[in-house]
Amino acid sequence: MGMLDKKYHDSNIIIVGLESALNWARKNSLWYEQFGLACCAIEMMATAASRYDFDRFGIIPRSSPRQADVMIVAGTVTMKMASRIERLYEQMSEPRYVISMGSCSNCGGPYWEHGYHVLKGVDKVIPVDVYVPGCPPRPEALLEGFLKLQEKITGETIIFKKNEADKKPETA
Amino acid sequence: MKKPEEILEYLNQKFGEDQLTLERGDIGEPWILVPASMIRDLSKFLRDDSELRFDMLMCLSGLHYLKEEELGVVYHLHSTKLDHYVTLKVRVPVEEPEVPSVESIWKTADWHEREAWDMVGVVFDKHPNLKRILLPDDWIGHPLRKDYVQQEFYQGIPTGE
Ligand code: SF4
Repeated sequence: MGMLDKKYHDSNIIIVGLESALNWARKNSLWYEQFGLACCAIEMMATAASRYDFDRFGIIPRSSPRQADVMIVAGTVTMKMASRIERLYEQMSEPRYVISMGSCSNCGGPYWEHGYHVLKGVDKVIPVDVYVPGCPPRPEALLEGFLKLQEKITGETIIFKKNEADKKPETA
Repeated sequence: MKKPEEILEYLNQKFGEDQLTLERGDIGEPWILVPASMIRDLSKFLRDDSELRFDMLMCLSGLHYLKEEELGVVYHLHSTKLDHYVTLKVRVPVEEPEVPSVESIWKTADWHEREAWDMVGVVFDKHPNLKRILLPDDWIGHPLRKDYVQQEFYQGIPTGE
């Protein structure tokens, strides 16, 4: 008695390309780093809460960059924070993705001209996959950003090493 | 309860006639202009005198007067016991921006003075811990000065567009 006598009775073998299996797994378990920087973080929290419910896409927060697949830069990146963001990004294991949420992290937002303390776009320190515009973006927009990221992951290959400099950013 | 005019009169009896002046803008309450060297003694008197009892420093702010080449410090005081208010102002030249700290009199002044140092660069004499409060320690310049020029890079990261 054991597993073997049942193993070949039910037709439970699925044949699929390795790439698509990997991509399928990756895009449906996008664990994100749990941190927020300013007002946009409130909308991110709303997206994670019951009404919009991130979890149904397998998107759940992790408290450590080592366990995270995606970083949502939700809010104003100050000069003081910029080097920390860079370090957090470097601590994430590959493949890693970045969603820039809101005008502030896209381009400096309301601080673009006179904000001496604000980084004018988080893409000055880390590569960004998806830009979500808005001040703040509604939860639907952030979800759309994640759907865009999923689309992007679907097209990935493992034969060619993913070159971070060549990644084409998307706009949700 | 005293009006600012009455407070000035009362202070003049104690500190002499020509030290303090009452000034007035187009709107709002008048303020008392205080020589920087006097501010600590005066503050102590304002807090402890039984007819004044200013036990609360509501706000301390720093200013930059570009044309006059001066820095200013504004003190908003309130007495919770006697329910009256007064505003004090101190002005010092930009080259020697030293103002005695009132941290030993009102603890509120601790962080407020650090902010005034951080943002406009007023140096508070005898402050126990006068370092930047908001900006990183290695930042260059005081951003709320009207002639502030931003550094182009901070730790190798561009600050501009
Ligand atoms: S983009 Fe708008 S809502 Fe988002 S952090 Fe900046 S100011 Fe706040």
